[in-house]
Amino acid sequence: MSVSKIWVFAEATDGKVATITLEMLAKARTLGATVECVYNGADADVIAATLGAHGATAVHATGDLGGALAGRPIAAAIAAAVEAGNGPDVVFFGTTYDGRDVAGRLSVKLDAPVITNVVDLEDRDGSLVGVEPVFGGTQNVITKFTTDKTQIFLIRPKSFAAEESGGAAASVASLPVPDGVVAAKIVNRHVEEKTGPSLDEAAVVVSGGRGLGDKDKYQMIEDLAKTLGAAPGASRAIVDAGWVPYSYQVGQTGKVVKPTVYIAAGISGATQHLVGMKGSKNIIAINKDPEAPIFSVADLGIIGDVNKVLPKLIEALKAR
Amino acid sequence: MTRARITFMNVVVCVKQIPDPADPGSMDPTTKTLVRSGKLILDESDSYGVEMALQLVDAAGGGEVTLVSMAPRSETSGLRTALAMGAAKAVLVSDDALAGSDALGTSKVLAKAIERAGQADLILTATESSDGYTGTVPEQIAELLGLVSVTFAKSITIDGTMAKIDRQTESGYDEIECQLPALVSVTAGVVEPRYPSFKGIMAAKSKPVDEVKIADLGIDASTVGWAGAGQEIVEVVTAPTRDAGEIIEDDGEGCAKIVAYLENLKVI
Repeated sequence: MSVSKIWVFAEATDGKVATITLEMLAKARTLGATVECVYNGADADVIAATLGAHGATAVHATGDLGGALAGRPIAAAIAAAVEAGNGPDVVFFGTTYDGRDVAGRLSVKLDAPVITNVVDLEDRDGSLVGVEPVFGGTQNVITKFTTDKTQIFLIRPKSFAAEESGGAAASVASLPVPDGVVAAKIVNRHVEEKTGPSLDEAAVVVSGGRGLGDKDKYQMIEDLAKTLGAAPGASRAIVDAGWVPYSYQVGQTGKVVKPTVYIAAGISGATQHLVGMKGSKNIIAINKDPEAPIFSVADLGIIGDVNKVLPKLIEALKAR
Repeated sequence: MTRARITFMNVVVCVKQIPDPADPGSMDPTTKTLVRSGKLILDESDSYGVEMALQLVDAAGGGEVTLVSMAPRSETSGLRTALAMGAAKAVLVSDDALAGSDALGTSKVLAKAIERAGQADLILTATESSDGYTGTVPEQIAELLGLVSVTFAKSITIDGTMAKIDRQTESGYDEIECQLPALVSVTAGVVEPRYPSFKGIMAAKSKPVDEVKIADLGIDASTVGWAGAGQEIVEVVTAPTRDAGEIIEDDGEGCAKIVAYLENLKVI
């Protein structure tokens, strides 16, 4: 195998490894001779078993950052390892808040570009290329690096299926953060209570868009989602308009979802939205414009007014 | 401990002028880059940073908002929109040598342009552009300038020489603190960008736009544009398409159709 060492930036919350990390490990072990992780939590020992079971042989752990945002210190730590000759040939980051921060910082440290929005990777003649969807996923561009520097890829969630390899727990090695790296600090965390399944993991997602007409009508999306045990989502247009928080956003900005059923209500299907949901197994679209691009990906399309269809649908489902 | 209240604050906002997303253009089959022939507009993602900058300067009681942009063909129409909102001036880098720049090359140019814009207390960007959406530029600029940074800000308040920022997270938000000067990327939708007034639009026409070439910024042409990009698109392929679905006009039965469809999938 031509790619010798891949590092995967691992993320975890309360000892639970993020799905994106496991997805990247599944792909990395088909491409690299050695797959290792880099991690900045205090609990590397706790997650080493899971990382190992998914194919990582080692975890390079910086330890707790004392509340510092990960971007600057982790990039400095990886860059120091590269400069010392102990670094990876390739680094995978998930397209997450911290993943993008570290990737951007590392790119400058190493004067190496980043291939972003990657949904697939291939080994072509001994070097990795990234596949990135453009124009709402109607076309894919395939990009290669033209330098011999460390190769940095930013990978979109849900691009690969997480799968155990049956490996033993990863060994934990210390990865020091160079002295004197100053970063912004987290002083307090706020977790917003949410009921129902998360947008990432729900089997059914119901999203609303501008076609709802006004902010109050979004309640119909919440009602329908509750009735179906689904997660409510939103188009960028109504997030930008302040109807719902950013965490609801499905699209190239926001979450990538691949549920069993995706219901798009009053969403026209801008490129930016399609990229985030066209991988759904079944897509139902309701929109009054027969020319709306959302119908090009719909398995069932209803040309009609969401404000007429949704109340009837909620009523019919509640009556069951 | 009491801190001196900042009464003067200079904010630099990086803005991108992009093709109208309603008309996203196409891929040039030869050069494999986006064809950008039409007039450019201010990326809506950047209007939130402009608004936030104006509010922060207002709150400080003095100072100004300076725009920084890199665009082909001396394009200023998007800049004029932000100047009409209330920004004081702009630095525009426009140079044929920049065609083909990747995110890292773009960041090198913007970092130099920010330095040219003068001493800034705070630099704001969007979290990502609407057309390129790599999302790496804010951190790349911060690293090039040796600044602390916070991405995905929902709100920013200034307390003395500290910035207090609420940062969007997967499950809510984190309260963050950092020293100024700092670079902060602003999440879309967190403030309501003001509409330029007629007076603002008229005033914007005469606000200074400092247009420069890369040589003016001391940038070597080999580090940016096609020459500096360390990546290359090798192929553009058509993505697999979905099979055409059943599209029906709602005659009152649309709801029953959906119920039957969901039943068939056994999700209800």
